[in-house]
Amino acid sequence: MTINPDLPIHFSRTHRLQWEEAQQKNVILYPEGMVELNQSSAEILKLCDGTRTLAQIVSTLETTFNTSGLTNDITAFLEVAIQNGWINQN
Amino acid sequence: MAGSIKTKPTPPRWLLAELTYSCPLQCPYCSNPIDYTHYQAELSTEDWLRVLTQARKMGAVQLGFSGGEPLTRKDLPELVKHARDLGYYSNLITSGYGLTEEKIITLKEAGLDHIQVSIQASSQELNDHIAGTASFTHKQEVAHLVKKHGYPMVLCVVLHRENIHQMPEILAMAEELGADYLELANTQYYGWAHINRDLLLPTQEQFEKAEAIAQAFKEKVAGKMKIYYVVPDFYEDRPKACMNGWGTTFLTIAPDGVALPCHSARELPALECPNVKDYSIEEIWNESKAFSYFRGIEWMKEPCSSCDEKEKDFGGCHCQAYLLTGDMHNADPVCSKSPHHKVILDAIDSAAKSALSANEKPLTFRNSKNSKLLS
Repeated sequence: MTINPDLPIHFSRTHRLQWEEAQQKNVILYPEGMVELNQSSAEILKLCDGTRTLAQIVSTLETTFNTSGLTNDITAFLEVAIQNGWINQN
Repeated sequence: MAGSIKTKPTPPRWLLAELTYSCPLQCPYCSNPIDYTHYQAELSTEDWLRVLTQARKMGAVQLGFSGGEPLTRKDLPELVKHARDLGYYSNLITSGYGLTEEKIITLKEAGLDHIQVSIQASSQELNDHIAGTASFTHKQEVAHLVKKHGYPMVLCVVLHRENIHQMPEILAMAEELGADYLELANTQYYGWAHINRDLLLPTQEQFEKAEAIAQAFKEKVAGKMKIYYVVPDFYEDRPKACMNGWGTTFLTIAPDGVALPCHSARELPALECPNVKDYSIEEIWNESKAFSYFRGIEWMKEPCSSCDEKEKDFGGCHCQAYLLTGDMHNADPVCSKSPHHKVILDAIDSAAKSALSANEKPLTFRNSKNSKLLS
């Protein structure tokens, strides 16, 4: 499963992205499970709100962090995310 | 409280709230204690609200409402609402019995995240026999309603010798019901399953055949349905890392308020498990003797203490060591390094003989009458 560059990406309705105070990190919660996220993964997922395509997520993050060349890393992470059902495009 | 702590333990992540031992079903592999009828007192709503608050403050985030049948508690929507306000991810672990569309909506509005429905088999006749209650048709309706109202659905099927041959039909049923997750849980032989083991333990051949079918299905539905496969540890060479390490992750609160490091730990002798009516969750987790008892590796004796895998499986399951060797400090006999490993081989042999026997004894169903008779 790969990311369709033309479609917006939204976070899964059956998962929850949440800041955990006790762990000082963002986590994804789903039935009987939890994934702990590092900061960059969490920043990417927060932009998956159903309004942005892959290219728009990349450009938003490159602007925010005043950097360039993030396309490959972000694409690779989002492909893992879509395979795990954390995000979808329909 | 008793016990001494050198370093502060990792905080709990998982809280299993066993709201009640009442259940309309009578499954003969129930994980509730055999003597559950001795513990009739149930925590009040206020007690549960306090427990949820205290455990969340420590860092618990996954919350299971379980039982017995948690739907028999009238205050379930209130507890669910409190859990949501605190930021828990709440899971309702139910037989589906008594679940109506109205309740599904009420719980959704209260903030319930997920419903796990158990089905005992893929056919009505066998499901209703194992459950001891006519429930198959209703369970199917419940599964449809859970999906209709936007919950992720886990379908849970406990596997044993009576239903393991239905694996292809069980998988087809999960697909037909639109399960997001399918938990294929090979029976763990504690509590009621322990006394019914000769009738429930599949042969290695049956187990391997079913596992191969499940594995092929897992690849087929990848991306659509996730499969949680709970292995039958009797056919493993090494024990499971029980509870991800004692007192590291999981906290169970029994219906009467007793705090347990694992939901079977009530059967272990001399642990003096504390009650939430007497102590805070923080005191229980950080300071009680019961929760520190098997933490780390200091408690180990041979063959565990010199084993290079001791940090991986922590010596396995203490409840299994106690049930099968009489001493909870022993290595889990599932381990082929255990001097008691023969008890596992004997159990497999005994179950196989029972399966071939012309006059197999009947299953002992989990109900109040049998609980009182056996305890």
